[in-house]
This record gives sequence, structure tokens and C-alpha cells, in this order.
Amino acid sequence: MSDLTLTVMRLGFLAVLWLFVIVAVQVIRSDLFNTKGAARAAQRPTAPAPAGAGRPPQGQGAPAAAAQQAQARQRRGQPTHLVVTQGSLAGTTVALQGQTITLGRAHDSTIVLDDDYASSRHARIYPDQTGQWTVEDLGSTNGTYLDRQRLTTPMPLQIGVPIRIGRTVIELRK
Amino acid sequence: MSTFDVSGGRTPAARRRRAADRPAADTVPNRRNTELLMLAFALAVPILGYANVGLAMDGTLPANILAYGLGLAVLAGAAHLAVRRFAPYADPLLLPLATLLNGLGLVMLWRLDKAGKLLRNNFPATTNQLMWSGLGIALFIGVMWLLKDHRILQRYTYISMVVALVLLAAPAFFPSREEDFGAKIWIRFGSFSIQPGEFAKIILTIFFSGFLMVKKDALALASRKFMGLYLPRGRDLGPIVVVWLLSILILVFETDLGTSFLFFGLFVVMLYVATERTSWIVFGLLMSFGGAALVATKEHHVKTRINAWLDPMAAFGPHPPKQSSEQIGQTLMSLGSGGTVGTGLGQGRSWLIQFAAKSDFILGSFGEELGLAGLMAIFLVYGLVVQRGLRTALAARDPFGKLLAVGLSSAFALQVFVVAGGVTGLIPLTGMTMPFLAQGGSSVVANWALIAVLMKISDTARRPAAEPAAEPAPAIPEPAGPDRFGPPGHGAPGQSRGASS
Repeated sequence: MSDLTLTVMRLGFLAVLWLFVIVAVQVIRSDLFNTKGAARAAQRPTAPAPAGAGRPPQGQGAPAAAAQQAQARQRRGQPTHLVVTQGSLAGTTVALQGQTITLGRAHDSTIVLDDDYASSRHARIYPDQTGQWTVEDLGSTNGTYLDRQRLTTPMPLQIGVPIRIGRTVIELRK
Repeated sequence: MSTFDVSGGRTPAARRRRAADRPAADTVPNRRNTELLMLAFALAVPILGYANVGLAMDGTLPANILAYGLGLAVLAGAAHLAVRRFAPYADPLLLPLATLLNGLGLVMLWRLDKAGKLLRNNFPATTNQLMWSGLGIALFIGVMWLLKDHRILQRYTYISMVVALVLLAAPAFFPSREEDFGAKIWIRFGSFSIQPGEFAKIILTIFFSGFLMVKKDALALASRKFMGLYLPRGRDLGPIVVVWLLSILILVFETDLGTSFLFFGLFVVMLYVATERTSWIVFGLLMSFGGAALVATKEHHVKTRINAWLDPMAAFGPHPPKQSSEQIGQTLMSLGSGGTVGTGLGQGRSWLIQFAAKSDFILGSFGEELGLAGLMAIFLVYGLVVQRGLRTALAARDPFGKLLAVGLSSAFALQVFVVAGGVTGLIPLTGMTMPFLAQGGSSVVANWALIAVLMKISDTARRPAAEPAAEPAPAIPEPAGPDRFGPPGHGAPGQSRGASS
């Protein structure tokens, strides 16, 4: 191999290595700007809500636009997961598999609430004998609100109805 | 989120920021196509390097360049598909960066294999390393698939403590061999050996994160002030100090000092991040200087290293001192002969590094053949891995995920620092492997697992939140203070219905 070829390859390899680093930094840059752009889009009132969200509970009826899989689930009318929509844990989801879900600041809770207004063992969500998901307040200090009503007895849960615990809002989703 | 906020954003300002930077689900790109492009680029660089080595050493393209390229592409492609399937919102850069480092390591190992008999104890290593990389990527895919949510790891806090200690202690019970050079860090089953310390690094981080998440408030707030420093209560600190002492003791008996520095640094970084108390840094520096001074005077093995660090060229003099070693001197000369742009891949004299050229001192060969420019690019790639890890920690919403991401990326950063600092003569040399670059199966496999856990956390952190179903009613003010003595069924004031009777 001629010296010239090897020199070109040597410098070319270094150039490619640096190009990789520069492109990687560009990806980070675009990542930052994209997030900001998306946040602005989300603040616009006309931002389209994702399919399936933003809908009040409506029993068995499935909208025509929903995907087939979603339709299959909605026919059974069973919620499949629990979503935290407000508070410091917003965005957390828990799959519902028939187990009891405990909420509170105690670190062995299913959802550990990092919320100054929550008690250690604040509330629990469980399926009753008929399989209906039910929420029960466990004698918390600041109370558990189903929609706007403070819980005194276990109450059946509908899909999409918010449960408020301090600053945290939780609801069932299909 | 611009502030580092382990407390989970309890202040109203933090919550407003959160609400503002949480975009709607359909506007967030998941960046998987970017990852694919970067991955193709990350594969092209080592393949070019491979061709370069072949042209420089044999005058022709390597015969199996197609097979090598395809093999790497299949491995990286499988990892990419697993990310698409199991962690669609994960960080787009971590996988390409790790792939690039792994590929560069394979090229350099192949190049050193070709040095043949010139290099002492030269056994072909590339095939083995490729097999281990495959195993590492299999573990990466396994973690992606089986670890549905990183918070599951939190349940195994104390189990991981026990597992980490067992892994660290295990090598002491296996016979060491002549070619281990004093360090007892391997477990052997016949011809097969693993280095459990590499895995213990990840598992111990899980323990520290789980433990500190529960205890961080107690450690930060329930403390006495003493000479301007905050001292936490013994009962809060006890378990973690015991674990730390045990791991250090085990490591001193196994004379694996690099790993013990790594654990100590990890411990200090995680305590500082969890408690936000500067006094931990002061304690950490004091304890590490004390420990280093103590070990340096007692251990013969360590004394040699310190002497070699203080005067690397002494071993080449007319009267070489008894307790010295020429290893650092050789590496410094190879770095120097590389200069700014290096000799070119395959054109250096890497056989002049006579000891551990493929593992601890592989950076010497990189420095010689790629020069300062190439070595800086490699360090930047490591830096970007750490940056993406810390960014993941900033974006993570749960305190456990934050601590785990900080811990894993600091462990990675500390390991790079300890190896690179040792090889370039900045700090005394301690035997450790450069993540992904150096020969060493356990290291490659463990670091792929580390990247997988980081990507899982970043997937949870970057996943767009679900929209609230209904606009929150402003009628309920934030509950203030205990109201346990109020009448049962007491509604918040200002409600239109459900008010107290």
C-alpha cells in the first residue's frame, strides 16, 4: 500500500470519528429543541387530544375511530390500567391485573405518593366480588375525593372519573 | 426541568415547569429513526477501521470484512429492534455510542492479534471478544424484555445488597493462578472465568438507590451540626457504612484496588446527590486520602504502583529501583510516539507495550495509532454516554429512577477516569478494564446490561404522559393541614354539591 493511501486513510478515519461525535452532539441539540417545540404545541388549545383520552365515561359504546384492539377491550368494558394524571408522579401507569393497589406515602405501597398531603396508607383500589373496581379511603388525614365527593364508604369506580389524593389525581383507563 | 430535583418537584414552580414541558402524546417524536441512522454510522466507523488495519498490515482488504460487518450489524440490529419493541421512547444515543466503543475495541484487539509473536503472551482474543459482545447484547435484549419497569428493582433493595456482597466475596474462595498478577478477582469454572466485580457494580448501585431513596430525608435533615459539617445519626447511616466497609475490606484482601476506588466514589456521589449536603464530599475526600495512605504503606503490591506513578521512567534507568514497574513508562512512550494525529491504525509499534496490552493498557495502543485527536474523540464518546445517563436522571420522574441513573452513569464515568487516569499517569495505576474497549468478557457483558437499565429508565422518563381525562375542577382548593377532626363527609368549601350537611 502506498504511503499516500495510508495517510489519507489515517486522517480520514480520524475525520469520521470526529464527525460521529459532532453528529451525536447535533442529535442532543435537536432533542432539546424538539422538546420545547412539542411543549409549545401542547399548550395550544387546538392541540388534538390523543384518541381515547379526554373522553367522559360512556359505557359500552365504542367510537368508530378507535383501533380494533381498543374496541375489543371496550366491549368488555373493563379498565386495563390506572394512570396518574396530576401531581409529582404524573404520567405513571400501573397495569390492572386483579390485584389490590395501595396508595400512600409508605414505601411498600403499590403507588408510593410523594405528596405532602397524603397519608402513609391513604387509600386502596381493588376489585370487589363482582369484579367491579372499587376505591376505599383507609382513614386518611386529608381524605380521598372521587370526582368532587369525599369518600366515606368504598365506592365503585368508573373509567375516567378522577380520584384526588392531595395534589395527586388518578383515574382508571381502558 | 433545569434543576436537579430528587425530591420529585414538590414546589409549585417545579410543578408548573413539569406541566409545561410535558408534551402531548402525538407531538413527541420517539427518535427511533435517529437511533437507527446513528447506529449505521456507529457501525461504519469500526468497519472503516477494520479495512484500514488490513490495508496497513497486509496491503489488502481483510478477507472476512463482509462477514465482520454483517456480524456487527446483526448484533446491533437485534438490539435496535428490541429497543423499538420494549423501550420505544428511550434515549436515541446510548445504543449507538456503546456500539461504536465495542466495535472500536474489536478492531484494536484484531490489530493486536495480528502483531503475532512480537507481543508477549499473545493469544487470539477477537473471536472470544466477539462472542462476549454477542452475549452482552443478548443480556441487553433480555433486560429490555424482562425488566418491565425499573421501579421493580426497588423491591430487591436488600436482596441486591446480599447478592453484591456475595459476588464481591466469591473470588476470595477460588484459587488464584500465577497469571493473575496478584489480584484475586476471578471465579473460574475450568477454562471459563468471570469477574464478578463488574456485575457487583450494577447490583450495588441498585442497593444504594433503593436505600437512599427511603433514607434520604433522614440523612439530609436529621443531623447535628459539628464544626460547620452536618453529621447524620448513626442509625440512618449504619447499614450503608457497614456495606461500604465490607466491600472495601473484601477488595483490599483481594487486592483489586481499582474496583474499591470505584465503589467508594460511587458511594460518595450517590450520598451527595441524595442528600444535597456538601459535607459528604469533604468526608469522602478525607476518607479516601486516609484509606489510600494506609493501604499504600501496608501493601507491597500497591507500593510498586505508587513508585511507578511517581517516577515512571525510573525502571529504564541504569539502577532500576526494586519496587517499580516499567508499564506506565512504556505506555507514556507509546502515547508520545503517537503525537497529535497518530501513526495510523496498524502502523504503530504496539508490541512494545509488553504487559496487558489488550486489557488495561489498550488505551496506549489507541493513543499511539490514533494520536491525541483520536483519543480525545474516544473520551468524548465516553463523556456523551455519561451525559445521556445524567440527562436521563434529570428527566426521570421517580426518585429511585433518578438515583439509579445517577449511580450507573457515575460508576461508568469513574471507571473510565480510573483507567484513563492510570494509563496516562495522572493517578496511580489500578487494574481495571476500559468499558467496551478492553478485552474482558465480564466487563463487556456487564456494561451492556448497564446501558440496558439506563435506556429502560430513559424510556420511562421520556414517555409522554397521558392527558388528563377532564379539566380539573378548580372548585377543590388544596387541602391545608390536618382536618381529621372535621365532621365525616365534610366537603371542601365552595362545592356546588356534596357540601357538608
